[in-house]
Amino acid sequence: MTALAQKAVEITHEVGLHARPSVKFTKLAKSFPAAIEMALAPEGPWFDAKSIVKVMAAKAPKGTVLHLRASGDEAELAVDALVALVERDFDEADAHVRTA
Amino acid sequence: MSGPHRLTGIPASHGYAKGPMVGLDAGTKAYAAKGSPAAEARALAIAIEGASEQLAALATQMLGEAADMLEFQLAMLADESLAAPAFAAIEDGALADRAWLDALDVEIAGYEASEDDYFRARSADLRDIRQQVLDVLAPAGDLAVPSGAILVGDDIAPTRFLAVDWSQGGGIALAKGSSASHVAMLARARGVPMVVGLGPVPSDFDLPVFLDAEHGHVLLGPGDEAEALFHRAAEAFAARWRAAEENSAKPAATADGTPVRVLINVADPSDVERIDVATCDGIGLMRTEFLFGKSEGLPDEETQYRAYRKVLEWAAGEPVTIRTVDAGGDKPVPGYTVEEGNPFLGLRGIRLSLARPEIFRVQIRALLRAAVHANLKVMFPMISVPEEYTLAAALFAEEADRLAKAGIEYAMPPLGIMVEVPSVAIAPELFSDVAFFSIGSNDLTQYVMAAARDNTAVAALNSVHNPAVLRLIASVAAFGQKDGIPVSLCGDAGGDPAAIPALLEAGLRDLSVVPAQLALAKTAVAGVSL
Repeated sequence: MTALAQKAVEITHEVGLHARPSVKFTKLAKSFPAAIEMALAPEGPWFDAKSIVKVMAAKAPKGTVLHLRASGDEAELAVDALVALVERDFDEADAHVRTA
Repeated sequence: MSGPHRLTGIPASHGYAKGPMVGLDAGTKAYAAKGSPAAEARALAIAIEGASEQLAALATQMLGEAADMLEFQLAMLADESLAAPAFAAIEDGALADRAWLDALDVEIAGYEASEDDYFRARSADLRDIRQQVLDVLAPAGDLAVPSGAILVGDDIAPTRFLAVDWSQGGGIALAKGSSASHVAMLARARGVPMVVGLGPVPSDFDLPVFLDAEHGHVLLGPGDEAEALFHRAAEAFAARWRAAEENSAKPAATADGTPVRVLINVADPSDVERIDVATCDGIGLMRTEFLFGKSEGLPDEETQYRAYRKVLEWAAGEPVTIRTVDAGGDKPVPGYTVEEGNPFLGLRGIRLSLARPEIFRVQIRALLRAAVHANLKVMFPMISVPEEYTLAAALFAEEADRLAKAGIEYAMPPLGIMVEVPSVAIAPELFSDVAFFSIGSNDLTQYVMAAARDNTAVAALNSVHNPAVLRLIASVAAFGQKDGIPVSLCGDAGGDPAAIPALLEAGLRDLSVVPAQLALAKTAVAGVSL
C-alpha cells in the first residue's frame, strides 16, 4: 500500500533546525518505513529527511518553510508526525529574552 | 617572540587564568597506506566505528549540553552520507586519511560559509568529528594536557575540552572560535576562562601566559607592572564570584541587617526551570507577551491558564506578580497591535487591552482561574489615569462573576499597577485604591528623559541615575509608605549595582531583576549601609 503525502510547515523554533532539533527530527523520520524527503522550496531540491548530515546542511533558520513529502508505508503518518514535531518547536522550551 | 605583547579578542567565558601555553594544533601524524582500495575502505570504516565508540563512552559521563553535543556528533558519524564522498574517493584510489579529510573539509566549509552564527559555530563540531576519526586512523602520541595550561590554537574540539581536567585551573585562548560554540557553552557552564577571536597567536611562547577572559586579553610577557595589575583583577574577580555564589543562596540584607526582597523577572515559563525558587523571593514581574507572539495566533484561555499555573506551581507559595499583556511599543503582535508613527506613545499596554476587551477578557479569566493555585498578584502596564485602573478592575469583577455563575473555581488576586508613565509617578495619590505599585524603571526613565531605550544615539540620556528619575522613584516609595501601599521595582535598575544604593535609600525593599542579575543584585544590597 504505497501512499504519497506532502505538507509544508514553518520553523518557529528560535534558532531554527539546529543540532538538537535535527537529531530529534531525523530520529523520528527514521522510525517510519516510508521514504521521506525534505526541501526548503516547493520545487526542491529534495533531500533525505532521515539523514542528519543533509538536514543540518540545509541550515534552516527560524521562519524557514520546510516542505516534506513521503512515499511508501505510513507516508501520511510520517509527514504528520514530523510536521507536529516542528510545530511543537521540537519540544524544546526556549526563553524569549526581552529587554525589561 | 620577545618583549611584552598583548592580544585582544572577545570574552567567551569570564575569568582569569595563568599557565604554560599548550598548542592545540599539533602537526599531522603519518598515516600508513594499507595497500588496496578495499583495505583503505575497511580502515576508514573501522576508524569511524572506533571514534563512535569513544564518543558513546564519553557521552555516558556527560549531562545536559555536553551530552546533547555528543549525541549530535554521534548521529552525524552514524549517518552514511557523511563518509560517502570519502568512500567514493577511496574507490578512485585515494588513501583513507586524505579521503576523509577532503570529505569533511567540504562539510566544514559549508558551515563556515553560513551567515548564521549558530550554524557557523557547528564547524567546530565537524572539525571535532574529523579529528576523532583521524586519531583512530593514525594513532599519535599522548595528547594529554598538563593541568592548569592555557590551550592555544585556531579552535578547540568539544571532545578535547571534555578530556581536560579543569579542576586545577587553566583556560582557552583561540585565534578564531566563537562565543556561540558548544565549547563556549561548556566553558561557561564549568567556569573555564575562554577568549575567542584573538587573531594569530604564537604557539611557541615558553613563559607563562596570562589570560584575562573578563576583558578578552591575552598577555605574553606582560612585565612586572602589568602582571601585578593582572593579579589584582583576578583576585577581585574571584572575590566577586565567591561573594555572588554565597549571596545568591541566602536572603538579601543590607550591611546593617535590613532585609531586602529580591525577586526575579520572567519572560517565559521556561526561564524558571533552571532556577531554584529558594534563591529568590518570588517573581516580581512575569511578562505575558511570550503567549501573544506566536504564529498560530492569539492564545486561548486554556493555553494561558496552563502557562500561568506552571509558574505558580514552581513558586511554591512565594508571591508571583503577573503583568497583563504589554504589547505595542517595541513589542508588536500581529493581529493585535496597530501600526503607529510613535508606538511608545501610542496604543500599548493597558490602553490596547481596554480597546480590545474581548481579548483582555480571555486573559482575565485565565488569571482568575490560575489565582486559585497560589500567591498570585496581577498588575496592569502603562496606566496613565485612574479611570484605566477602574475599568480594568471592573472587567476582573465581571469575569469573576461569570466564572462564579458557571461554577468554575477562581480567586480574585490583588490588582496593582505599573508606575512607568510620569503622570502616575508625579501624582501617585490619584491611585490610592490600587493594591500595590510596581515601578517599571526602564519605561519610567525613557518617558521622564524623553530618550527611547532602543536608540543608541540618545543612550547617554536614558539614565535611571538622573536625579529627576531617582526623585520620582523616591516620591512614589514615600507615598506608598505613608498610605500603606506596597511599592516594588522591576526593571534593569533593580539589578544595577550603581543604582541599588539610591533605590534602597529611597525606601524600596522589593527589587525584581532578571535571573542573571540575581546574585549581583544581592551582592550589591549587602554592600549598602542604610
